[in-house]
Amino acid sequence: MHTLEQIMARVTAALPGVRLEVIPNASPANQASLLLDHEHAREIAKFLRDDPDLRFDYASNATGVDWPEKTVKEKVKVKKIIDGVEKEAEELAERKTPGFLEAVYHLYSMALGQGPLILRLRTGNRTDRVALPSLTPIWRSCEFQEREIFDLFGIEFQGHPDLRRLLMWDNFADHPMRKDYAPADHQEAKP
Amino acid sequence: MIAPPPQLSAPGIGDSVGHDLLEVSLGPHHPSTHGVFRMDVVLDGETVVKLTPVFGYLHRNHEKIAEKNSYLASIPYTDRLDYMCSMTNNWAYVLSVEKLAGLAVPERAEYLRVIVAELTRLFNHACLAGFLLQDMGALGTPMMYAFREREKILDLFESLSGSRMMCNYMRFGGCRCDLPAGWLEQAAKVAADFAPFLDQFEALLSENEILRARCEGVGVLPRDLAVNAGVTGPGLRASGVNYDIRKVDQYGVYSRFKFRVPLGGRGDVFDRYMVRILEMRESLRILDQALRDLPAGAILNPRVKLRNLRPKAGEAYGRIEAPKGELGFYLISDGGPAPYRYRVRPPSLVNLTVLEDMCLGHAIADVVIILGSIDIVLGEVDR
Repeated sequence: MHTLEQIMARVTAALPGVRLEVIPNASPANQASLLLDHEHAREIAKFLRDDPDLRFDYASNATGVDWPEKTVKEKVKVKKIIDGVEKEAEELAERKTPGFLEAVYHLYSMALGQGPLILRLRTGNRTDRVALPSLTPIWRSCEFQEREIFDLFGIEFQGHPDLRRLLMWDNFADHPMRKDYAPADHQEAKP
Repeated sequence: MIAPPPQLSAPGIGDSVGHDLLEVSLGPHHPSTHGVFRMDVVLDGETVVKLTPVFGYLHRNHEKIAEKNSYLASIPYTDRLDYMCSMTNNWAYVLSVEKLAGLAVPERAEYLRVIVAELTRLFNHACLAGFLLQDMGALGTPMMYAFREREKILDLFESLSGSRMMCNYMRFGGCRCDLPAGWLEQAAKVAADFAPFLDQFEALLSENEILRARCEGVGVLPRDLAVNAGVTGPGLRASGVNYDIRKVDQYGVYSRFKFRVPLGGRGDVFDRYMVRILEMRESLRILDQALRDLPAGAILNPRVKLRNLRPKAGEAYGRIEAPKGELGFYLISDGGPAPYRYRVRPPSLVNLTVLEDMCLGHAIADVVIILGSIDIVLGEVDR
């Protein structure tokens, strides 16, 4: 079993110019993941599948995650001049993290019995830059699952052979798995 | 809304001999589709030239519901995914939560999980064989025989969990309740009676000339395509790929049991049928060992907070070898009482990816048995 760092080193040695980033995972599961850049995503995926030492021939799970824009309130230490004396004071600052949609892939190697290797792809935002490269040309197992992500999250997979809604009907407009989705006929139960 | 029709103007389809193609909508209400599943099939005479599966008739957005519920409240919902096999659904989910929160499971509970999961596998495969033979025209008898055996196992589940099918039995860090008096003896008897049933079933059917003529060479799934398309479970092993998550991940206490992984050679419908028959025999071996070695002790880790469980922020993917293939749960926690993201990796849906590849060039009557040999449950496909 290769560590994530070893896999990263192999990929960057074979494919110069790729940008990879490790996304840590604080849970006891200890499943950190790799964030891929859009331009090289399919190239990297192909390498991971075909490299004789890695052979991630099986993409088990493909799914989406919605990360809406967040406002984080932080206490920031600032130096202020109060009554002519410079003092350190705490101030509440608001920081906005931009929202994005994420596609997550869990890869295993049936040939070598290793895994999971977790890949992530992130869109530019949640409105107009929601395209990601499809990995279906590399792993057919993503075909229906990417259609489901397109359907429920609204990520547009470029290069997907048949990108249609999977579970909702064709003229349905919204994406139900987004965090801000509200069904049109939704009525809150009144106590 | 009906899916856009397949493109009939594609070159090579229908225009060669100057006759028309027929588009048939199989389902959603058709007994052979095992639930509300639809296939748009384009036929040239009786031969399939195009097949488009249509999903969503049973969609209830299970994943969204789970994002609003506490971790505990989602366990009974998992029963309804693959409603034949609630025990394995429970296991996959609690395994993922245990990974996410780092919870230990007492040994006795691990053995109980193995016992109920293998019992589930037994009746799932028996029913699949019964349904498959029903699809082939062996009306009634094989399915009734399979359901007779299933009934005995469901009786066991009822006395254990209070419910025949919606068992809601497992909990993070163990199982909900211990065995009632006499359960072990009853289970041992059911397992002992299962082998003669299998012998009888096989004597009736496996060597049957009509059955073999009907399924040999039909719906062949090549090995490389099976791997690339993410097919898992008996369908993958029938194509000759030795991949059983019980062996690969050795979750629970599976490393302690001796059992073999049956493999097929050609990957046709007959292999998929036969692999399941052989897997039932291996499940019986596991059951024998688990019932014999079941240790005494607690069944629930007392340090686990079942209600108000709040795992640290992070994520985990856990998976098990469910009777239909790899059942996985991907959970993201933001530290709150409900999962931030809850994803079910359904084996039934992913295994359908290759349905069209297996059906092209076969007669429409074969589509029904090819679909039957994949083994799907729509509660899990559509979620």
